[in-house]
Amino acid sequence: MISVIRTLGGRTIEQLEGLGRVAVFGGLITGAIFRGPTRFGFFVRALYDAGVLSVALIALSGFTVGMVLGLQLFNVLSRFGADEGLGAVVGLALIRELGPVVCGLLVTGRAGSAVTAEIGTMKATEQLDGLRMMAIDPVHFVAMPRALALTFAMPLLNAIFIVFAIAGAFAIGVANQGLDAGVYQSGLENAVQFRQDVAQSLLKSLVFGILIGLVATYKGHHCAPNAVGVARATTSTVVTASVVILLSDYVITALWGV
Amino acid sequence: MQSNATRDLVVGLFVLLGLLALSYLSLQVGGVELSSGEKIVLEATFDDIGGLSARAPVRVAGVKIGQVSGIDLDEDLRATVRLEVDADVGLSIDSSAAIRTAGLLGDQFIAVELGAEDEVLLDGEAFQFTESALSIERLVGQLVHDAGV
Repeated sequence: MISVIRTLGGRTIEQLEGLGRVAVFGGLITGAIFRGPTRFGFFVRALYDAGVLSVALIALSGFTVGMVLGLQLFNVLSRFGADEGLGAVVGLALIRELGPVVCGLLVTGRAGSAVTAEIGTMKATEQLDGLRMMAIDPVHFVAMPRALALTFAMPLLNAIFIVFAIAGAFAIGVANQGLDAGVYQSGLENAVQFRQDVAQSLLKSLVFGILIGLVATYKGHHCAPNAVGVARATTSTVVTASVVILLSDYVITALWGV
Repeated sequence: MQSNATRDLVVGLFVLLGLLALSYLSLQVGGVELSSGEKIVLEATFDDIGGLSARAPVRVAGVKIGQVSGIDLDEDLRATVRLEVDADVGLSIDSSAAIRTAGLLGDQFIAVELGAEDEVLLDGEAFQFTESALSIERLVGQLVHDAGV
């Protein structure tokens, strides 16, 4: 009995220590942002990897999600003779929830995992130690630009995702099912408010970006320095970041209170 | 790290595309007005505002001229609604404000019916004539009562 309680206590302390290490790492990255030397080119390269290379995936996924929403909702709504509501429902669902969350999960899989794998491989091949030997802080040199790029790219990718999804729902609802284009557009514009919906969407995507950046770089920096370790860390990034995104999505929605 | 001109260009395009999508969502879909003309605030007092909420539109002849900016309870326990409307519309001082419903079950909005006077309502002034919200429940109740069911 006592040993069970002891195991429980040990596990709890372990988990708390892990959480503390993530927080300390987040503090290191935040500190590194404000510390010179500024290497803007690194940030641009990281933004290319995190943002530009994700655009095709985000746009295609967005359009498909929009098409599915348009088809499903149009069927249900037209049963009640409320097909005019399509624009409003699609807009609110996408901007408030689906956009940030689906986009966050996609970016985790597309860019977050790549960041972990890259940093993990650098650690396994002792490149991070090499940097330390030359008195270059690997957090400043490697982790910070990538975390910052993920944070910066998420709101932009989120907006691109939502616009493509709105277009996808438009394609199905208007071009395929014969809803009037003006009805769709005005339903959308009347239902969506900047402060409640668009701002909340931006806040969510920004928070998700910070979380993805933190998790991805932390897992890379703290993986076991071998092939198995890198593989585990990459998987762990995707799992952890996905769960954290879904959890924090609920917290933000509940706190923002709509 | 040498800077790569093509890569920089593509990243620039990406940022531009993202900002474009953002501004579409904010300005067109979200309805943020950048250069909103001058606004004045008018007051209207109602016995019952039904389900009227802040940000509900204010319309003249069906055209939106502003929105509800706030709702308070005054000392007589009547609802005072503040309306933020375009300054250049010029509503005559004997105009009346009524709470209407878009369609049978739609959202509520404020319909302003123009009066005949030449003088117009100025910032901070109140509507003299108002018409409270029509409650469907009360209407149905009255109908049932009148029919003597």
